[in-house]
Amino acid sequence: MTITLRYFAWVRERIGKTEEVVEVPPAVGTIGELMTWLASRGEEYAHAFENPKIIRAAIDRTHVKAQAPIGKAREIAFFPPMTGG
Amino acid sequence: MTVSTTVRIQRDAFDAAAEGTKLTRGRTDIGALVTFTGICRGAEAGEPIDALTLEHYPGMAEAEIERHVAEAVQRWPLMGVTVIHRFGRIAPGEDIMMVATASSHREAAFAAAEFLMDYLKTRAPFWKQVDKAGSTDWVEAKAADDTAADRWDSPRGQRRAE
Repeated sequence: MTITLRYFAWVRERIGKTEEVVEVPPAVGTIGELMTWLASRGEEYAHAFENPKIIRAAIDRTHVKAQAPIGKAREIAFFPPMTGG
Repeated sequence: MTVSTTVRIQRDAFDAAAEGTKLTRGRTDIGALVTFTGICRGAEAGEPIDALTLEHYPGMAEAEIERHVAEAVQRWPLMGVTVIHRFGRIAPGEDIMMVATASSHREAAFAAAEFLMDYLKTRAPFWKQVDKAGSTDWVEAKAADDTAADRWDSPRGQRRAE
């Protein structure tokens, strides 16, 4: 499945990209599994996802938890806990 | 009841007082206007800073804030809500964001403003970076902010006046 991934704040800095289009293997079913798969793609990804428990995710611009199924997502974003306001 | 809601994400400065007045002008049914403005401090943990730089997730930031504004409108008898949040570089003393809530009585206006602030802190996709002494550091999320947001999730759905 082809998905656009977007990265923000230090997740973006560690990976070195703001976004990319990836072909996700069919075995990757959830956000947590996607993080594990991404972490295996290279040092910069391993660094970004070294502590997946603190990474937040959004599917098509809605917050989701790590156990959320990817389903028919078009855009998935990963970012640190938010610090606005 | 007409509820006027405005959500804006922008780089430019805003005028919090004028935004508050916009909610009440020409109406006589509003008895309470609460405005909260978040301002960039000139020091963090006792050390002077040069500026804050705010990154955001365009599209999601608006959508997430609009969802919470809609929830506030459902929970409290509001007549107007304005939320403005800036991104980009913000110097000490400049406004970062504002929430304004208007209602016929103060309880709803205070509660909705606090609810919106607590959720904005933990759910709106913005990230602050501190620029100081030539280096930049991402601001870490505070556990206290999560606790503040969680208290609105009680089964009764509304915090009682204290």
